[in-house]
Amino acid sequence: MPYALCFLLFMLGLYCAVVKKNMVKIVIGIMVMECAVNLFLIMLGYRSGGTAPIIDKGQLEAGMEQFISSSVDPLPQALVLTAIVISLGSLALMISICIRVYEKYGTFDITQIRRLKG
Amino acid sequence: MRIPLPLFIAVPLVMAFLLPMFGRKGKTAATVLANLVTVLLLVFALASIGKTEVYEVGKWSIPLGINLVLDGLSSLLLLAISVVSAAAMLFSARYMERYTAKTKYLSLFLLMVAGMNGVVLSGDIFNLFVFLEIASLASYALVGFGCEHEELEASFKYMVLGTIASIFILFAIALTYGNTGTLNMAYISKAIQDSGLNAGLKFALALFIAGFGLKAALVPFHAWLPDAHPSAPAPISAMLSGVLIKSLGVYSLVRVIFNVFGVSVSVSWVLVALGVLSMVIGVFLAVGQWDFKRLLAYHSISQMGYVILGIGIGALILARNGKVEWAALAILGGLFHLVNHAVFKSLLFLTSGSVEMATGTRQLKEMGGLVERLPFTRTTCTVASASIAGIPPFNGFWSKLILVVAAIQAGFLYLAVVTVIVSLVTLISFLKIQRYVFLGELPENLQQTKENKGTMLVAMVFLACLCVLMGLLVLVPGLKQSILDPAVQVLTDGLKYSADVTEVLL
Repeated sequence: MPYALCFLLFMLGLYCAVVKKNMVKIVIGIMVMECAVNLFLIMLGYRSGGTAPIIDKGQLEAGMEQFISSSVDPLPQALVLTAIVISLGSLALMISICIRVYEKYGTFDITQIRRLKG
Repeated sequence: MRIPLPLFIAVPLVMAFLLPMFGRKGKTAATVLANLVTVLLLVFALASIGKTEVYEVGKWSIPLGINLVLDGLSSLLLLAISVVSAAAMLFSARYMERYTAKTKYLSLFLLMVAGMNGVVLSGDIFNLFVFLEIASLASYALVGFGCEHEELEASFKYMVLGTIASIFILFAIALTYGNTGTLNMAYISKAIQDSGLNAGLKFALALFIAGFGLKAALVPFHAWLPDAHPSAPAPISAMLSGVLIKSLGVYSLVRVIFNVFGVSVSVSWVLVALGVLSMVIGVFLAVGQWDFKRLLAYHSISQMGYVILGIGIGALILARNGKVEWAALAILGGLFHLVNHAVFKSLLFLTSGSVEMATGTRQLKEMGGLVERLPFTRTTCTVASASIAGIPPFNGFWSKLILVVAAIQAGFLYLAVVTVIVSLVTLISFLKIQRYVFLGELPENLQQTKENKGTMLVAMVFLACLCVLMGLLVLVPGLKQSILDPAVQVLTDGLKYSADVTEVLL
């Protein structure tokens, strides 16, 4: 069920990016997609009732098997951190290009920003 | 000489962050340094030919750590990237003088090179994604570098589609991780061989094809390319068409399909279909163009079709357990055309930049009779046009010949016919360029046009010489065995990749 909702979020973002005419809304749609994928990555590593993947003294004494069977997967969290940084970079670049386009054309409407064709 | 693999990424990356510090006054020093870096990378790439190496970053053994893998395919791509970037960097030394903020341009350029080198060397699929994003972000910024109306529009369009492609790829990586529990390509491949493809992995493969297909601008996904490539400054167009779509799109696609997921008949047909569509639609859209660089951009789509078609036929033969030699020939044609296209298309974009700088226009109808005014540009442009149209003895002829022979041998007679017809239409559109740019009447306002001298000329002549000489890569057995054959073998060996990578360590 959470996976289905996550996929729905992804499709909503894709719909928004493809259908909307306003540049800023397209950017928002893309970021919704990005969030959906990040959420999906986090869910991959999650197990209900799991603990944080940090080994402390008590766990060492209790034995590694118990730790492995109870902790969540730390790798997707590292991936999501990286992915968030990347998406932040592309968000900044996209928004700055939107601002420059607005300065030149005076509009955010992509149907009116069409000098390139052929 | 052993070159430590991280240097391929670290050298341009470090320089990319150092160069903006030079500011406006140190522009010349920054240009010289950036050129030194690209030449150094070329030397590294030449030194790494024929080597197979696995490097573990930070001594963490795989699958715990990240690894860099150098094999035949990677070193072929490294060679193409470094040749084109050296030429484009030399060209921009003079060409970019008319733009402000040249040091920022150089820095973005090197960032893009670092990203591409990272993509072709990475043995970890998430690491590949990170480098892919580095190269893509640098290229989005470079497409909009002029900050004029068209450039910003093209950059936004490119960026939206490029980011959607990246998200598809990230989603596919997440699905792959969820189903195999590892991110190392060799171990993913091993897990897939053990347990087979389930529905999730099949969906991941489809997403990979869509994502990398968008990056490679194959035909249903090609909408951004004809806007983005012409809008960039000429050396960047040369880089984008020459190597970016290849290393980010074709290389990654081929690596994932052949070495990680393994070829199957249905996927091979998808490749062949994408190839034929790109080839035919790209060339027919190109013929009608009147903008010099836009015409070249459409040809990039068409020529990428050749590459994918060759590789697709090879995959089909492999998937049907046909003769490995036939598959190897088709893949050889595809990969050889990839390298050839890198050289002649970047040369064409550089000559278009030279013409644009001399005349101030890109419209074919506003030019004419430039043969006496721009003799060197004309000669190099003719060499490149002959190569792309497949006229012997230039390099394009040999790769197209191999593709046609491979298609006939594999029993796809109609594909061979399509290849030849597309080649003829390519010839027509390049005759059009010759006719409208260099022959005919010289318009009044272009009487004072002068040839571009200096580094621009050197870069163009360098690539033109390569166009003439690259036929030797298949004709001389020694060169073929050391450069092209290892790359082909990586693909024909397919899933042996995982064993190769994991066993090199032991």
